[in-house]
Amino acid sequence: MGFFWTVSATVVLLAITWRFLGSYMAAVFDGRINYLRWLERLIYRLLAVDPEQEQSWQRYAGALVVFSGVAILVTYTCMRIQQHIGINPQHQLDVKPALSFNTAVSFVTNTNWQNYSGESTMSFFTLMVALTVQQFVSASVGIAVAIAMVRGFVRKDCATIGNFWADLVRCILYIMVPISFLFGILWVAQGAVDTLGASVHVKNALTGFTQSIARGPMGFIEPIKQLGTNGGGPFNANGAHPYENPTPLTNLLSLVLVLAIPFALTYTFGKMAGKIREGVALLGAMVLIFSVWAGIAAYAEQRPNPAVARGAAVTHTVVRQKAGNMEGKEVRNGASASSLYNIASTQTSTGSVDSANDSFNPMGGFALLTGMMLGEVTPGGAGSGLYTILLMAVIAVFIGGLMIGRTPEYLGKKIQAREVKLAAIGVLVMPVTVLIMTAIAVSIHAGRVGALNAGPHGFTEILYAFTSQANNNGSAFAGLNGNTAFYNVMGAIAMLMGRFAVMIPCLALGGTLAAKGSVPAGLGTFRTDTPMFSGLVVGVIVIIGGLSFFPAVSLGPIVEQLSTGKFF
Amino acid sequence: MLTHLRRSIVASIVFIVLLGFGYNYAGLAVSRVFFAHQANGSIGKNGSPLIGQNWTGPHWFQGRPDSDNPLSTGAANLGPRSKLLVSDVAKQIAVLKREGIAPTADLVTTSGSGIDPDISPADAYDQVKAVADSNRLPVWQVRHLVDAHVHGRQLGILGSPYVNVLELNEALAAEKH
Repeated sequence: MGFFWTVSATVVLLAITWRFLGSYMAAVFDGRINYLRWLERLIYRLLAVDPEQEQSWQRYAGALVVFSGVAILVTYTCMRIQQHIGINPQHQLDVKPALSFNTAVSFVTNTNWQNYSGESTMSFFTLMVALTVQQFVSASVGIAVAIAMVRGFVRKDCATIGNFWADLVRCILYIMVPISFLFGILWVAQGAVDTLGASVHVKNALTGFTQSIARGPMGFIEPIKQLGTNGGGPFNANGAHPYENPTPLTNLLSLVLVLAIPFALTYTFGKMAGKIREGVALLGAMVLIFSVWAGIAAYAEQRPNPAVARGAAVTHTVVRQKAGNMEGKEVRNGASASSLYNIASTQTSTGSVDSANDSFNPMGGFALLTGMMLGEVTPGGAGSGLYTILLMAVIAVFIGGLMIGRTPEYLGKKIQAREVKLAAIGVLVMPVTVLIMTAIAVSIHAGRVGALNAGPHGFTEILYAFTSQANNNGSAFAGLNGNTAFYNVMGAIAMLMGRFAVMIPCLALGGTLAAKGSVPAGLGTFRTDTPMFSGLVVGVIVIIGGLSFFPAVSLGPIVEQLSTGKFF
Repeated sequence: MLTHLRRSIVASIVFIVLLGFGYNYAGLAVSRVFFAHQANGSIGKNGSPLIGQNWTGPHWFQGRPDSDNPLSTGAANLGPRSKLLVSDVAKQIAVLKREGIAPTADLVTTSGSGIDPDISPADAYDQVKAVADSNRLPVWQVRHLVDAHVHGRQLGILGSPYVNVLELNEALAAEKH
């Protein structure tokens, strides 16, 4: 019953944010929102940028890549010198080079994969100045790319797709900062910790038990971690930590924050395209897949944990598992709401967790893993969800065009060889990266030693790691020990591929389409604002994901589910 | 290219000032002024009700078998078909049985944070008899304590009902005196 209300509340809140955040974002990128004009202008002056001067897709992509490169360097440097720079009451040491590189790439690519334990690695300086800054910036870069790509669809005979710097600054000032700050206040009111104080030592007078409690400036980091679909928690336990996610209310709002922007961007898309229904068609595809996967996970996690059942059986005891699989979950959140949180975070490229993915039942783990394998489009990350599903939509109209023997069109643009090639590259980068890297990892010793669990579950840990990083997700089957030279470097490459090898084809597609004229819709035009088209997009997503990954998934969660009674 | 580079460097500095320092310190200021207790970690006399502790023996209500080390949080990460998990669960069942407590799923599994401060109402009720016996208190009195410490769903609909172990044990200690 509680779960029913949780789902209802989520749906209502998301419906509201879809409509209003969606149109607000369209207004922001149109330059119509300007209550912080003084600050915006000041930044443009410092950057020597004229926000009205638009860029070709090549210049847009160039600015983005150079900016991301500098961001990686700055983030890396912060970690390498944190010992000497202050705001470090815990006296954390400088972070090692390989780990710093992996982490810098991870936060700049919006992945937030963490090969370290937050409370014992990062100084508060690094946390605030390196990592939190990237949580704002990387999400905004993603959204900027999506908006630039959409401009390509809606413009005619135009050489430019917007100004990268203006899009970036507007997204940060008008979307990311205000929403995060408001929710930060709520988070701290609910019990999230927010201090620059060192860990505190407390002694329980009743038991004599002493405890050192790590703290930090987490309260206001938590909302941007979720809103920007980042997921990198300051504590190792991430959203399971009561200081990060203190109550069921913050648990629910985490879910809503994660899903808000990716879903609302479909409204923004429809609004920019001049026809909301075009956005609704994509939203429909996202919601359908998301609901099915959330259903699988919620059902699986309400089932008993087989290892707990076996533990009870060998000791001739009855252990009731009415609450579902509670291994790795928090009592206050419960099994169902926890599975929903993790599903939302894996399907949005967020990767924050309020329970241990590794301890999900086999089909729960299957849902988490395959949710990412579908390409993070349901609804996907902030910006990355929309730009990737637009690639899927291009392929869908192409397949639709083949069926009826007509040159496909999307939003009045002819989809020709060049567009289809770009979309195919963008869609195939991720599966190719994941499969090759997993194959390398399981073939060599350095890869195999990382897994904690034995048997098929260990394989899933490795497959999950590369799927997560190549999709810029950042969640983990956290038993894997990723802090080795092998995983740090391979992971960083996967994250860079998953980010830039998808973004650049998207911008190229936007640029190419912007330069084209538009063809008026006729009787024979395949309509893209109908449930039929949603269905076709779902088909494309599932078929591409299934064809790419079915063999790999069979070796992991599927075999695990089927080996009833066997333990590894 | 050089223009991009210059702008990227300036932008990085601007964002460090604005987001790294500005945003975080503004948040810290709000926290300190309005929510000092929460922002400092809700630390009370015997620890923080948000952070789980070790309560060994049937003298106290027990929490989940976590390591309860807030300097190293996180889950055990054992899979649903892990032999290690089977043996951990079996060991914990044996411990609870020795103390006369009927094992429940929460009490034999570890949490996501490794510091879960709560147990379900069922976990608490199952410990009532053992706790009452070992403290020489009447069972009804201890049961009454649990009744008074069950937190319902938040806003009536969210999450699962739970009992905070620290709060319950502090009340138990007061009862003993």
